[in-house]
Amino acid sequence: MAERTVLARLRTVLAGLLQGFERLGHGASAKIWRLGYAARFFAYLLLHSGTAFRRFGLTIREIYFTGVLSMTIILVSGLFVGMVLGLQGYDTLQRYGSSEALGVLVALSLVRELGPVVAGLLFASRAGSAITAEIGLMKATEQIAAMEMMAVDPIARVVAPRFWAGVISMPLLAALFSAMGIFGGYLVGVQLIGVDEGAFWSQMQASVDWREDVMNGVVKSVVFGVAVTWIAVFEGYDAPPTAEGVSGATTRTVVFSSLAILALDFVLTALMFTGGNAK
Amino acid sequence: MAGLPVVEIDKVSFGYDAARPVLQGVSLRVEPGSVVGIMGQSGCGKTTLLRLIAGWLKAGAGATRVLGESVGELDSEGLFALRRKMGMLFQFGALFTDMTVFDNVAFQMREHTDLPPELISDLVMMKLEAVGLRGAAQMMPAELSGGMARRVALARAVALDPRLMLYDEPFTGLDPISLGVIARLIRTLNDSLGQSSIVVSHDVEECFGIVDYVYFVSAGQIVAQGTPAELRGSAASFVQQFVRGEADGPIPFHYPAPGYQADLDGEETQSSSLATAQACHG
Ligand SMILES: Nc1ncnc2c1ncn2[C@@H]1O[C@H](COP(=O)(O)OP(=O)(O)OP(=O)(O)O)[C@@H](O)[C@H]1O
Ligand SMILES: [Mg+2]
Repeated sequence: MAERTVLARLRTVLAGLLQGFERLGHGASAKIWRLGYAARFFAYLLLHSGTAFRRFGLTIREIYFTGVLSMTIILVSGLFVGMVLGLQGYDTLQRYGSSEALGVLVALSLVRELGPVVAGLLFASRAGSAITAEIGLMKATEQIAAMEMMAVDPIARVVAPRFWAGVISMPLLAALFSAMGIFGGYLVGVQLIGVDEGAFWSQMQASVDWREDVMNGVVKSVVFGVAVTWIAVFEGYDAPPTAEGVSGATTRTVVFSSLAILALDFVLTALMFTGGNAK
Repeated sequence: MAGLPVVEIDKVSFGYDAARPVLQGVSLRVEPGSVVGIMGQSGCGKTTLLRLIAGWLKAGAGATRVLGESVGELDSEGLFALRRKMGMLFQFGALFTDMTVFDNVAFQMREHTDLPPELISDLVMMKLEAVGLRGAAQMMPAELSGGMARRVALARAVALDPRLMLYDEPFTGLDPISLGVIARLIRTLNDSLGQSSIVVSHDVEECFGIVDYVYFVSAGQIVAQGTPAELRGSAASFVQQFVRGEADGPIPFHYPAPGYQADLDGEETQSSSLATAQACHG
C-alpha cells in the first residue's frame, strides 16, 4: 500500500519535472523565434524606409513627438546630473589638490558615459514607451488593418517614420543632455563653490578630445537610438491587440531597451576606450 | 468584363485553428453591379468571410476569385494592387486617431494619387457631404460619436471610388435617420459608380431594403439564398426564425458549450460557472 503511494508520488514528481523541462524548452524556442522575427522585421523596416525620407514631413512630425516633447525631461535631468557631478567631483578632486580639473571630470563623464546612457534611459521611458503604446493601440483598434486594406504598407507609413525620428532625435537629445550637464557642473563648481573659471574651461578644452571622446559619445547615442526605437516599434507592432497586450508591450519596451542600453554601453566602452590603451 | 462575377467563392473552408472550422464549403457569387447581403447571427463567420475576400486570411480549401484574381495565390504586391480596387468599411470604424476627419478621408487620395491639394479638398468635402458630416471635417475621431465615426469611415472607404465595396455591419450603432440615409447611400453609390457591394449585416429590414441577393450563413455554411422577396416567402424554418428574430429554431443561439447543468455543477470549471452565474444575474 505504502509502496504504491510512494510510486505514485514519484510518478507525479517525474511527470512534473518533465513538464517543466518541456515548458522551458518551449519557452526558449519561442524566445528565439521571436528574436528572429524581430530581426526580419528590422530588415523589412530598413528596406521599406524610402517613404520616411521621400516624404520627410512624416518623419519631422514624429521627431516633434519623440524628440521635441522629450526635451524638457532631458534638459532638467541633464542640469541636475551635472550639478551633482560638480559637487561630487569637487569633493574628490580637492582632496588631491586638483580642483581645477573639475571641468575635465564633468565634461568627460558626461560626453563619454552619462550623456548617452542617461539620455538613452530617459528616452526609452519617455519616447520608447509612447511609440510602443501608440503603434500597439493602432493595431488593437484595427487602424493598421485598415491601412493594409487601403493598400498602404503600415511598416513604411507608420513604423519607419517613427523609427528614423527616434534614431535622429536620440543623439541630439544626448548632446543636449551633456551640454546642460556641463552647464550644471559649471554652476555648482564655479559659481557656487568658486573653482577658478578660466581653469575650469581651459582644462576642459585642452583635455576633451574631439574624436576620442565626443565622437565616441555620439556613436554610442546613435547605437542606443537604434536599439531603443527598434525595440519600441517592434514591441508595438507585435503587441497582442488587446488592452493587456499593449500594456505588457509597453513595459517590455522600457525593460528591454534599458537593459540593451546598459549592455551595449559596456560593449561599446570596452571596444572604444580599452582599444586605445592597448595600441 | 460584364458577365464575369466580381467575387466568386467556391467551396471555401477556413478555420483559425484546426480544431474548430469557422467556414465549411461556402460558395457565393457577386454579379457586377449588384449589392449582395450576407446575413447570419453573431459569430457565424461573416467578418471572416470578408477577410478571406480581402486576402487577409487564406482559405484552407476552395477557390476565392475577386475581380478576376485568385486571391489565395497573390503575393503581397498583387494583393495591394487588388485592394486598391476595393474599399472596406470596418465593423468598428478603425479611423486613424491621430488625424482629423478631413485627413482620414483624404488619406488614400494622398497616398495613391498625385491630385493637387485643392482638388483633394473638394473631393473630401463631397464625400463628407454625402454622409452629412461636412461640418465635422476638422474634428478629431475621438470627438465623434460611434455613429458619426462609422459615417466618416464610410466616406473614407469610398474615397477612391472602389469597384468592390465590403461593408462590415454598416448599420449597427446608427440612429434610425442616419441608418436610412446610410442604407440608401450604399445603394446609390453602388449604382451611380457602377460598383458591386457586399453588405454584412444582421439587420434584416435594412438589409432586405437595399440588397439584390442574400446569403444566409449559419454554423459556417450557407443555409439559404435568394432575393429578398424569395426569402420573405420562404418556408424554410431558419429563414423564418431569422426574419422574426426567435431564439428557438434550427439556428442555435448558444455558442457551442458543454451541458449547462454540467457547467453549473462541475467542480473543475469553477471560474466559468462563476461567470455563468454572474451572467444570469446581470
Ligand atoms: N482572430 C481570431 N482568432 C481565432 N478565432 C477567431 C478570430 N476571429 C474570429 N474568430 C472566431 O471565428 C468565428 C467567426 O468570427 P467572425 O468575426 O467572422 O464572426 P461574425 O459573423 O463577423 O460575428 P459578428 O456578427 O458578431 O461580427 C467566431 O466563432 C470567433 O470566435
Ligand atoms: Mg463581424
